[in-house]
Amino acid sequence: MSKPLLKVQDVRVHFPVETGGWFQREKKVLKAVDGISFELQPGETLGVVGESGCGKSTLARAILGLIKPTRGRVVWMGEDMASLDPESLRQKRKELQIVFQDPLAALNPRLNVGEIIAEPLKTFYPSMQRVQIRERVKGMLKMVGLLPNQINRYPHEFSGGQCQRIGIARALILNPKLIVCDEPVSALDVSIQAQIINLLKDLQRKLQLSLVFIAHDLSVVRHISDRIMVMYLGRAMEIACKGTIYRRPLHPYTSALVKAVPIPDPVKERRKRETGLTGHVPSPLHPPSGCVFRTRCPYAVERCEADVPPLRALSDDGLVACHEAENFDLSIARSEEE
Amino acid sequence: MPGSIRAFGTKTMADNPALESANDAFAQALEQPEVQGRSLWQDAWHRLLKNRAAVVSGTLLLILLLLVIFGPMLSPYDFDYTDWDNIYHAPSLANGHVFGTDAVGRDLFVRTLVGGRISLLVGLVATLVSLLIGVTYGAVAGYFGGRLDQTMMRLVDIFYAMPFMFLVILLMVVFGRHIVLIFVAIGAVNWLDMARIVRGQTLSLKNTDYVEAAKVCGVKPAAIIRRHILPNLLGVVMVYVTLTIPQVILVESFLSFLGLGVQEPMTSWGALVNDGAQDMESAPWMLVFPALFLTVTLYCLNYIGDGLRDALDPKDHL
Repeated sequence: MSKPLLKVQDVRVHFPVETGGWFQREKKVLKAVDGISFELQPGETLGVVGESGCGKSTLARAILGLIKPTRGRVVWMGEDMASLDPESLRQKRKELQIVFQDPLAALNPRLNVGEIIAEPLKTFYPSMQRVQIRERVKGMLKMVGLLPNQINRYPHEFSGGQCQRIGIARALILNPKLIVCDEPVSALDVSIQAQIINLLKDLQRKLQLSLVFIAHDLSVVRHISDRIMVMYLGRAMEIACKGTIYRRPLHPYTSALVKAVPIPDPVKERRKRETGLTGHVPSPLHPPSGCVFRTRCPYAVERCEADVPPLRALSDDGLVACHEAENFDLSIARSEEE
Repeated sequence: MPGSIRAFGTKTMADNPALESANDAFAQALEQPEVQGRSLWQDAWHRLLKNRAAVVSGTLLLILLLLVIFGPMLSPYDFDYTDWDNIYHAPSLANGHVFGTDAVGRDLFVRTLVGGRISLLVGLVATLVSLLIGVTYGAVAGYFGGRLDQTMMRLVDIFYAMPFMFLVILLMVVFGRHIVLIFVAIGAVNWLDMARIVRGQTLSLKNTDYVEAAKVCGVKPAAIIRRHILPNLLGVVMVYVTLTIPQVILVESFLSFLGLGVQEPMTSWGALVNDGAQDMESAPWMLVFPALFLTVTLYCLNYIGDGLRDALDPKDHL
């Protein structure tokens, strides 16, 4: 294997929270991300899935250095991001970019498309000629499937999907090596979702990008990811290749998520067995002891209450955090519905 | 791409009804000239032009401004010239005192316009001072947050607690009566409100995705504030400014009324109204004309402020 582009080692992001009334102030710690580790190879796509509030976006911000991890390290091409001084960190920004969930909110409404996409260029190459910048921006607009003659238009004059393309263009203009996509399609129509995912796939192939693709829905992630990480309450439940995740999930939570993906055939969909996942995600302020998933796990045993299950290799291509993983078979029987 | 269909759709459809492939259309569209967008400012401007009250007020204010600047040149009298033949004279066209004269025979028309200069100048300069200090202060406190924000805003609270009149009298005692002191005193008090408003706006703006995106793009804090925060809070600030100018004019009038404002023979609308009020029964014109100018200005500014608020955030008003 080649040298990893990004190494995330036991990253924890904890937020101090004050609760309680006037007289009994309680200081608590919200563990948004609690010990995540993974490696990302050049050109690889890692999908990150989990319910809302499981720390996906916080993890994204920690990777980008927008939030300082409480513990752990983010190593970018062999360099620890936390050890960099502000100016070198700023220089690293050329290589790491982000695409946001809400396409319109991610664009400054007072600037036109040309100014929005050109901003990173102007920041890093202040001496660049205006004509040159404009040419680059127009080329980039063409690349993401927008008309270059729309360069003077403002974000509110575009549709959601087009705004997301503008956001992607802004992320790409500095030729980054990694783009963190923070739920880039969950605010879009299904047909537009497909367009944007295909665009990202194309661009990835053309430009040899690595992607960290965050979503709350496995069906979106499966088209674009090589490997998938399943998160629950700030912890990784399972990391494995896409095929393994879909066909032979090892973790009960993964299996529940995979079963929850709707089948685009109403007859089959109605025949589908219950997913068996009930209740809500516990508050991250009061996470369950031991395995965080045990309160909703149909297979939970006594040991799950006491010990935190470590991520361990069970098959040759995946890691799972479950004590009991080898004792049950969660293979999904239904055929690939493509 | 819905936005672009209009740009290339009409022509190709007519020439080649059915078989134009999407790629050809796209390629053709690439050749089209650049489309001009319409910014939010332009949108707001168009909405403002549709607001009759605001447009009438704006026109009236412009006329008033021109009159105040150039009007005194049209009159044969100086603002401090005493016409001994026409003391306490009612308005008349015959002797050229169209607004009448005051207790020492000075032409009220010229005095009203010259006083207007002072009043409007105080309004504009003091507001500008509060704008500059308040916006910078509030944006910095709001953007950087944390302990800096705490310290800066506590300082504002302390300034707030200072009695305004006391401050003015103190300044007058120490530096003597001077018009600049009025600017300083009013500006020094008004920026506090501005700083609070701007800080609040900045707090909500700094968590938006586009500010986050700018950070990821390595844009420095000063540039983020200048390019992303300020333009987006300017709407609120502009509305506040148009409502601050009349407030400042009123404060100046109040100071002049108390005898702390401009010094004779220089005058302002507040000082003229004060003089007029004392001779209200014998010489009503001395009160009516300055008061008319003052109120018309205040009304106009308030209507413009109202119009701006409607134009700048159409979501809140139907």
